[in-house]
Amino acid sequence: MARMEVHKDHCKGCGLCIDICPVNVIEVSKEINNLGYHPAVYKGEGCTGCSLCFYACPEPDAIVVYRKD
Amino acid sequence: MAKELIKGNEAVIKGALLAGCEAYFGYPITPASEIAHAAAKYFPLAGKVFLQAESEIASIQMCYGAAGSGVRVMTASSGPGISLKLEGISYAAGSELPIVIVDIMRGGPGLGNIAPSQADYNQVVKGGGHGNYKVIVLAPNSAQEMCDFTMLAFELADKYRNPVFVLTDGFNGQMMEPVEFPEPKPINVDKTSWAAMGTAETRKNLINSIYLDPNEMEEHNKHLQEKYARMEREEVRFEEYKLEDAEIIGISFGTVSRVMYSAVDQAREKGIKVGMLRPITLFPFPKVKIRKLAEKGAIKAFVVSEMSNGQMVDDVRLAVEGRKPVKFYSRMGGVVPTVAELVEQFENAGK
Amino acid sequence: MAQVKDVLQKPSSFYDRFFRKPDRYQEDTHYCPGCGHGVLHKLIAEAIDDFGIRDRTIMISPVGCSVFVYYYFDTGNFQVAHGRAPAVATGIKRTHPDAIVISYQGDGDLAAIGGNNILQAANRGENITVFFVNNAIYGMTGGQMAPTTLIGQKTMTSPYGRKAEWEGYPMKVSELLSTLEAPAYIERVALTDGKNLMKARKAVRKAIQTQIDGKGFSLVEVLSACPSGWRMTPVDAKKWVDEVMTKTFPPGVYKDVSNEREVGSWARHLEKVPVEKYHEILGLTGTAMEVEGDMNEVPENFRNPRVLIAGFGGQGILLLGQTLAEAGMRHGWNSTWIPSYGPEMRGGTANCHVKISETPIGSPVVSEPNILITMNQPSLERFEKSLVPGGLLIYNTSMIDTKPQRSDIDILPIPATEMADEIGSLRVANMVIVGAILEKTKILQKDIVLDSLNTVVKHKKFIPMNTQAIEKGIEYVRNFKQ
Repeated sequence: MARMEVHKDHCKGCGLCIDICPVNVIEVSKEINNLGYHPAVYKGEGCTGCSLCFYACPEPDAIVVYRKD
Repeated sequence: MAKELIKGNEAVIKGALLAGCEAYFGYPITPASEIAHAAAKYFPLAGKVFLQAESEIASIQMCYGAAGSGVRVMTASSGPGISLKLEGISYAAGSELPIVIVDIMRGGPGLGNIAPSQADYNQVVKGGGHGNYKVIVLAPNSAQEMCDFTMLAFELADKYRNPVFVLTDGFNGQMMEPVEFPEPKPINVDKTSWAAMGTAETRKNLINSIYLDPNEMEEHNKHLQEKYARMEREEVRFEEYKLEDAEIIGISFGTVSRVMYSAVDQAREKGIKVGMLRPITLFPFPKVKIRKLAEKGAIKAFVVSEMSNGQMVDDVRLAVEGRKPVKFYSRMGGVVPTVAELVEQFENAGK
Repeated sequence: MAQVKDVLQKPSSFYDRFFRKPDRYQEDTHYCPGCGHGVLHKLIAEAIDDFGIRDRTIMISPVGCSVFVYYYFDTGNFQVAHGRAPAVATGIKRTHPDAIVISYQGDGDLAAIGGNNILQAANRGENITVFFVNNAIYGMTGGQMAPTTLIGQKTMTSPYGRKAEWEGYPMKVSELLSTLEAPAYIERVALTDGKNLMKARKAVRKAIQTQIDGKGFSLVEVLSACPSGWRMTPVDAKKWVDEVMTKTFPPGVYKDVSNEREVGSWARHLEKVPVEKYHEILGLTGTAMEVEGDMNEVPENFRNPRVLIAGFGGQGILLLGQTLAEAGMRHGWNSTWIPSYGPEMRGGTANCHVKISETPIGSPVVSEPNILITMNQPSLERFEKSLVPGGLLIYNTSMIDTKPQRSDIDILPIPATEMADEIGSLRVANMVIVGAILEKTKILQKDIVLDSLNTVVKHKKFIPMNTQAIEKGIEYVRNFKQ
């Protein structure tokens, strides 16, 4: 099963990953992170491992995608 | 030693190759173009890079790239081109890059003319570009020194990681004289600690002149000033000519110093006790030597002559600190002072 | 999607910690949320990883928001002046053909202040890769108008919207550079939806591969969002790129001749030459004929001669002087030669000064010659007065109608141009004069002067004719009667 992971303290909450996700499995967290943003968060299931969120994310270490587990 | 009758401009390039210069990036301008011509002719034969840049702005930045990646590199131009290069020279000074720059001065301001001049002194010696920087400036007055000082410039540039100028006038660039060329010099400089050469060992290195934090910028400036102070301690060079019993001291550099040797000889035939001090390094300037001369009781006056409105004379006055009169004789616009004119200056200074 | 790994995470061509970044957040970029720079950085870092070129790569940081590219890439790094990255890249690459040199530039940097630098680097076909971030605005300096700002777009310096009639049209860099022959590969991509992101990823890789293959210049123009500069949310900014920017700047491949080029054809490796060969290359072989000259044997009038030679450009004035100076040197004496130079020697008048001396020469300028050569009328009129009493005047009667005025000098009239014409070339009149000087002054030895021709005459086939002219000059003086 593929999955994505948001390193929440490196997320600037831009929402580009949420916007690009074709299966709508990422959302905005209510939490406020270290940088002062509402980070993105994986809903927990449904990721296809397409990896678009990884490439759409401007931060080097905010998103990891495991394409196969 | 191989001897050849050769133009100063061409001797620069032969010296550069013998000093291990790997690349020349230039742009045509009279009266410096023979330097580029010679580089274009010889560098490819020796497996070195010659490239004509799109502008003086670009040529100095190409030097920045080559120097930052660890090779000996040079460019040359005349006043109008040096004005354009100043952008890159400031960056190179900030990033501490060894680049050799030759300026064959011509008449100005503006397009001026192509006749010999010394009016780039302030632009080259006093900075010209932005920021608190200094460059070592060597002032040859013969074709032999055009070769020798170019070779020395590469040594000093590497020693201090700093741009070094060879500053002279159109006459010295265009003049042919016998030059004895030495054997190629082996280079024993390891730049792997700072240059970015595209290798694993140098991957960690950054060539950079930006320090956003004012305190860090000040630290960097202090480091540079210490380096310049070391140059002032270790690199002052000058030539003394008949100074022993002199009462009048002539001071000049480049082509004017050639005229002044003859003027000193002729004035001495007339019984005037004249000697001459020729600064070879314009920065660091031989200010200690001049101050000591000014302190000598026998010295009556200094006579400075330049092909400019009086630029080096400011440095002489700062060194003399009012102890003795400093007279100045100026020719401008490409006019070279004659021997007779300088003899007259010496005569007047003695009165 | 070939080449994509099983786990996608921070590429190792980024530093683990961005230790040069001055704040405490050394794992995050300095870019604003939603900024296209970060996306492009990731694509480049991933490609550097995948191609295994990290050790060879040198990244060039420009001026603008991406001034701190060197915070992030664990490669060799340069930070350079505004717009000059292509010139710096040229300097690095030409001297290090094996390095992978990547110039990263914004639109103000590349298209405005550095416009000529990118144009010329592209035209030279520098084997470098340029990533050109087009976000239609100056970001770092506070949102001013860029060459790529769209018509009607409001910025800090076009607060009422860009007008073509005032500021011109947005500059289409990819289209412009594609008209050049040298570039290998130019593509414009947009950092927008998934399809375009993957196109961008492919373009980044192709541009770097083109350099690795030594096929020449590659550039990828990247349409990239600047949410802060545009005062938009990141998602709206991305949409604006997609819906508005691409109308003016259509994505696509603008040039690709990479497949037509051989691997290494634009790599520009130079052959190493051993230093032992330098003297030979520089013509410093030291085979010239030399003698030990004795100035005491020279007639007193002509000792340590100061020669002024003047005439038309094209009369070989400079070469005449060079021959004397060269031969003087070969007698073991000091010698100087100094020309009038520049445009005036192309057509107008020319003169040169030669000094030969057993003692070091101070001023190389001859203001009071003891030997004056005038090859045309104006020279005689201008310089006759300067000759010292007892000095020698040689004047070319072929070109001078009047007689010299002075009676206190030694005068040698000689129809040098006509004599040269008899030999077969007007151009050797100068050597007729050399012969005359030889015979008249006895300063220089004939065999040394003739051997000097091997050095000063550029085309060897003309040496016999020059030699003949010297002989004629000698003969003329021998037979000359006042």
